[in-house]
Amino acid sequence: MLLIDPSKKICFNRCIRDGDLAIVYEKHDTMKAVKVCENSVFQNRFGLFKHSDWIGKSFGSKVFSNKGGFIYLLAPTPELWTLVLSHRTQILYIADISFVIMYMEIVPGCLVLESGTGSGSLTTSLARAVAPTGHVYTFDFHEQRAALAREDFERTGVNTLVTVGVTDIQGEGFPDEFSGSADSVFLDLPQPWLAIPSAGKMLKHDGILCSFSPCIEQVQRSCETLRLNFTDIRTFEILLRTYEVSEWKMDCSKVEDGGSVSPPGKRRRQSSSEGSVRDNPSCPAVMARPSADARGHTGYLTFARLKCIS
Amino acid sequence: MSESKPESGPVINPRVTCEGCSVLLDINDGDRLVFARLSAGSTLKIGNKTYSLQPLIGCPFGSLFQVESGKEKPYLSRFVPPTEENNVQDEGGSQLQEESRDNRAIIDNNQAQTLTGEDIDAMRRQGATGNEIVEALIANSATFDKKTQFSQEKYRLKKQKKYAPRVLLRRPFCRSICEAYFKKYPARIGFLRVDALSLLLSMANVTANSDALVVDMVGGLVTGAVAERLGGTGSVCSTYLGGTPYPIEIIRMFNFSDEICKRILRCSFNDLCSVQIETGEQVSQHEDDCTMESQSNEKTSLSIGTEDVHLSSNNGDTDLVPENKLSSSSKTCKAPKAGEKAPKEAIQSWKENGFSSLIIAAPEQDAWGLVKDFLPLLTYSAPFAIYHQYLQPLATCMHNLQLEKMAIGLQISEPWLREYQVLPSRTHPCMQMSGTGGYILSEFQVAQLGDPPPPWVNLSRNKNSDRISNRNFWLIFQWLNPRPCSLSMVSGKYANWDCAFCIG
Repeated sequence: MLLIDPSKKICFNRCIRDGDLAIVYEKHDTMKAVKVCENSVFQNRFGLFKHSDWIGKSFGSKVFSNKGGFIYLLAPTPELWTLVLSHRTQILYIADISFVIMYMEIVPGCLVLESGTGSGSLTTSLARAVAPTGHVYTFDFHEQRAALAREDFERTGVNTLVTVGVTDIQGEGFPDEFSGSADSVFLDLPQPWLAIPSAGKMLKHDGILCSFSPCIEQVQRSCETLRLNFTDIRTFEILLRTYEVSEWKMDCSKVEDGGSVSPPGKRRRQSSSEGSVRDNPSCPAVMARPSADARGHTGYLTFARLKCIS
Repeated sequence: MSESKPESGPVINPRVTCEGCSVLLDINDGDRLVFARLSAGSTLKIGNKTYSLQPLIGCPFGSLFQVESGKEKPYLSRFVPPTEENNVQDEGGSQLQEESRDNRAIIDNNQAQTLTGEDIDAMRRQGATGNEIVEALIANSATFDKKTQFSQEKYRLKKQKKYAPRVLLRRPFCRSICEAYFKKYPARIGFLRVDALSLLLSMANVTANSDALVVDMVGGLVTGAVAERLGGTGSVCSTYLGGTPYPIEIIRMFNFSDEICKRILRCSFNDLCSVQIETGEQVSQHEDDCTMESQSNEKTSLSIGTEDVHLSSNNGDTDLVPENKLSSSSKTCKAPKAGEKAPKEAIQSWKENGFSSLIIAAPEQDAWGLVKDFLPLLTYSAPFAIYHQYLQPLATCMHNLQLEKMAIGLQISEPWLREYQVLPSRTHPCMQMSGTGGYILSEFQVAQLGDPPPPWVNLSRNKNSDRISNRNFWLIFQWLNPRPCSLSMVSGKYANWDCAFCIG
């Protein structure tokens, strides 16, 4: 997935190969990750697709099923991966992920500590941000989830940049070997204030800590603990609002019988106020409106910098 | 494992300041943010006094400085705050007490403080530290004891900021540069807020070793942000329509290493699209024209770029700290190399492989027009993101992209960001909030629609035709595939295809 190996980067000449991970795009909210295997097939409501048809085509191609249905094959990116991965825990979505990476000032070469790994949604994006010379050490206290996360990182090709450890960070803190060497620490724990002192030891001077908590009480306790050794403490909430777009054809001709009640729908009669008849019978207009479904809350993001004491 | 950015020049420790580097000065815990370039002669004005920034050179980023009274004049000195400050202890101890005081008897008639301005000056001349002055003010305030505990803390903090200001030395990073501009000069960056910028970078999948194409009409902020994420690998091409490059002077605030600067290239749209590489003569003439243009741009942009972005708190201090006298010294310190014209080899490579991401941040242009032009330069399945401060151009662009089937996964998003004040018993969202950070249209480029479907496939997804085409497929399949397989066809639906096709 990531462009660590320049021979694998997507370009005009790059074709889908046996063993690649592809994202099958059916429609905007229906996508699936599929490993391309020469002898296997992919089946969905549009029909049956042979993987051998896919091999040799570019990413981004439209491919057809036996029934005439089609899908698109996209090259995986961390954003697409977040939308298709299997949820073992609640995950972070693109709005929070992108803000965290920006605010934690993560650039290539950074060393980042994370706990808990969960389903690896944020971890994959962190790996992208630190590539090619940095590293992400992520910890989860649940052994099975850690193993599944390791498998996912191999599938997506970020396993060289991510190391998953099984440790109870809340109870034991981060391993001593990272003392003073982390550029950033991310905490997604039920009781982050227990892990904050340890995180403080891991960070370099002026390093940044971020804690994600759904509840305000957790945020309050975390901030109290942060005030001892950290500065520049800020708490945010970020949400994304999406818009739908459609084209309306508005009739611009005058209505003779003085304003009929028009049925709701795409065609609407509009009486002209000046009383003049326009030449053009219909004026298409593209309208945008916010989507009806919206996310109300994901969590509070608290950022802080380690005080510089020496 | 520490940061190991590949550096071509002398190794510069990125966590310590050096002469000539760009820094962000945080005065009084976020009240005021000032960009400065450190040198022996650079200064900072706080209140009505000017302080030399020389003590800051060679200190680690994150160091705190406080104003101290010196023999000749006050200066900035490094200090280490105690790990548990007084106000924290106060909060911890008295949180359990019920607050019995309130402000019903406090009258705001400006007569509560008995110390005058002359008294304070006299104290200063005698060498009193800022903290001592604050304590004296508290002791001489008639109403201080009547205030609630929270009110007392607020009062102390306010006096401390005025008489004992603190300066925090910060590294300029994409986030702080964007926040600073958004607060003070949002029009220069097209009202692009930090979260919108971070979304642009994520949605366009900017990562190391990628070749990013950027149409940057927001002063260079997006180009700089992309270069920061590339970290000295890949390349970012800041392109422009017409003959004059768009100004990108903000990249100079980033403190980029030589390696990163080399990767920031400029190329006009015409050059990117030209079928043939120009001959040597034409190239050199074109280059001369371009360098002349870019030099004149640089002269004007240097004076803008080295201005401090000075933000003020409610006390209305809006003076800019001009650094015109520094512009000549910073020129000789480290000649900015970022934004050089792209060499032929780079252009050739981009044409062969295509760019792996496209970001358009042109808040005053028509989005669709730009997308039509730049999309063919992008490789297949590459993501692209367009930022605009208005919704309508993006709606039109999205609609057109859908009609022409040029992209999939189209989505218009508007980010919403709110900051919270978190203090014991005083937690609430901040009173001030940004109303808008712009809109982003994100999508994925599809491969050219030249691939014909296999001959036996009926293109429509109609249910009736599906059944017919299934039968056709079944017959043709038997004829084409030499290997018989056990298929069971149950009333038009296929079962056990997996077993059928897995050979071996």
